[in-house]
Amino acid sequence: MPSIVSVRGVRKSYDTGFEALKGVDLEIEDGEILALLGPNGAGKTTLISTICGISQQTEGTITVGGHDTLKDFRAARSLIGLVPQEIALEPFERVENAVRLTRGLFGKRRDDAVIEKILRQLSLWDKRDSKINELSGGMKRRVLIAKALSHEPRVLFLDEPTAGVDVELRQDMWNVVRQLRADGVTIILTTHYIEEAEAIADRVGVISAGRILLVEDKDALMRRMGQKVLRIELDSPLGAVPEALADYDLQIEDEGRTLLYTYHTAAPRSGIGRLITGLTQAGVALADVSTAQSSLEDIFVDLVKENAA
Amino acid sequence: MSLRAVNAIYTYEMRRFFRTMAQSFISPVISTSLYFVVFGGAIGSRIDQVEGVSYGAFIVPGLVMLTVMTQALSNASFGIYFPKFMGTMYELLSAPISFLEIVAGYVGAAATKALFIGVVIMVTASFFVEMQIAHPLAMVAFLLLTCLSFALFGFIIGIWADNFEQLQLIPLLVVTPLVFLGGSFYSISMLPPFWQTVTLFNPVVYLISGFRWSFYGQADVPIAVSLLAIAGFTALCLLVIWWIFRTGWRIRQ
Repeated sequence: MPSIVSVRGVRKSYDTGFEALKGVDLEIEDGEILALLGPNGAGKTTLISTICGISQQTEGTITVGGHDTLKDFRAARSLIGLVPQEIALEPFERVENAVRLTRGLFGKRRDDAVIEKILRQLSLWDKRDSKINELSGGMKRRVLIAKALSHEPRVLFLDEPTAGVDVELRQDMWNVVRQLRADGVTIILTTHYIEEAEAIADRVGVISAGRILLVEDKDALMRRMGQKVLRIELDSPLGAVPEALADYDLQIEDEGRTLLYTYHTAAPRSGIGRLITGLTQAGVALADVSTAQSSLEDIFVDLVKENAA
Repeated sequence: MSLRAVNAIYTYEMRRFFRTMAQSFISPVISTSLYFVVFGGAIGSRIDQVEGVSYGAFIVPGLVMLTVMTQALSNASFGIYFPKFMGTMYELLSAPISFLEIVAGYVGAAATKALFIGVVIMVTASFFVEMQIAHPLAMVAFLLLTCLSFALFGFIIGIWADNFEQLQLIPLLVVTPLVFLGGSFYSISMLPPFWQTVTLFNPVVYLISGFRWSFYGQADVPIAVSLLAIAGFTALCLLVIWWIFRTGWRIRQ
């Protein structure tokens, strides 16, 4: 599939010397939903802001629909809709006017039918004459999305669309995103919730400390992320793994008092049953057993380590 | 340049003005009336004429200028500071527009509001005093240029300001004194010679003098100098704004 957004060798450093993006390469495919996953301060927002024109890269090139975002910024930006992370709206303005302003800013002719369609899609039609400060937080977020869609963009950036949003609204938001994808809009969303990426993304990019660590098909990544560790504490220390259990790739810790077994939740068989039976047969007495799921943070740490190696 | 974008900003800003129509309209009318009662009525009764014009009529151009300058300045500075404050600046920066559209929209709206209030004051004044306009074309030109240049100046202040205090600082500390000391309510020739010389360093003197000339045909400084001053000031503001957007100063990281 051709890329609609192409980011090549992009660096962004600030006057303070802080480098927020350390050479980012990213190809976003036309029509996909890409989730950018990363801890706070990873550079997610900086990357989006740089693509959208709010900040300017120090190095590298970005094209949107083949147009350079610096040299041909008008053509590039008219393809983009941006939903910022913070709710930034003029409190005394009415919903419909706010949405209409954005359409005008993007140089599109006033079109009430388009605005109505968008407001209905986001369940804002009944609120079109309400002042923005009369709306709930979730409704305000919808207004931001409506504004971003007002000029019918081909690419939509959603910066943490569900941060601080209740469960019900999050589901609604995901439905909206799926609907937009069905309409052919390419969507890039940032999040630090794995389940969000899991629920809606086609591909997942992981960004940390200003670098894209990987961009992968969601299903492949989820398998990697679904790693668990079984921790077996033993009554008495073990010098070496019993020969019968060699294919389990067990790790010994704590001077032989703990065995660690890593397995995947997505695998057809975890192998735990056979492992425990094997241990008993080998005459190893178990004191305690526990399992732990590798957290997002562990995965980041692993990825960063892999990346540095 | 995207005219639709300019129009979008302009109408959006003007709607804010008309939403607060009562304040926009009534407050200048009341304050002008007060000036006429205090300056025109109380003080003016002791000064019969300044350079052959009744004192009440003499202060009209200065009064219009005073209001137009402060209104253009505060409207423009607030207009562009507000998106910064509310965080809606992102929208202007990510839109396919350059500084041209942003300046044209915001400055155009601020200048229009100032012009509107300037006209309201002149109309109000005509109920109190006998006015004449000797050079109507020059009057309109001065009025438009003043609205425009002070809106540009206000735009710069709005971009520069980081908080509401700074937003008020220049208008209160610099502009208001300069305008009051710029001959709004008196002729420069009424001052002692030393202060007359000092006054010539006040740029506002040239604007008020030129504007008054267009009403009564008398000026404190030559009219060509006045025109040059306002044109120069407008050019300077445009230059600063061009630089701001080129470098992204205080706007784009």
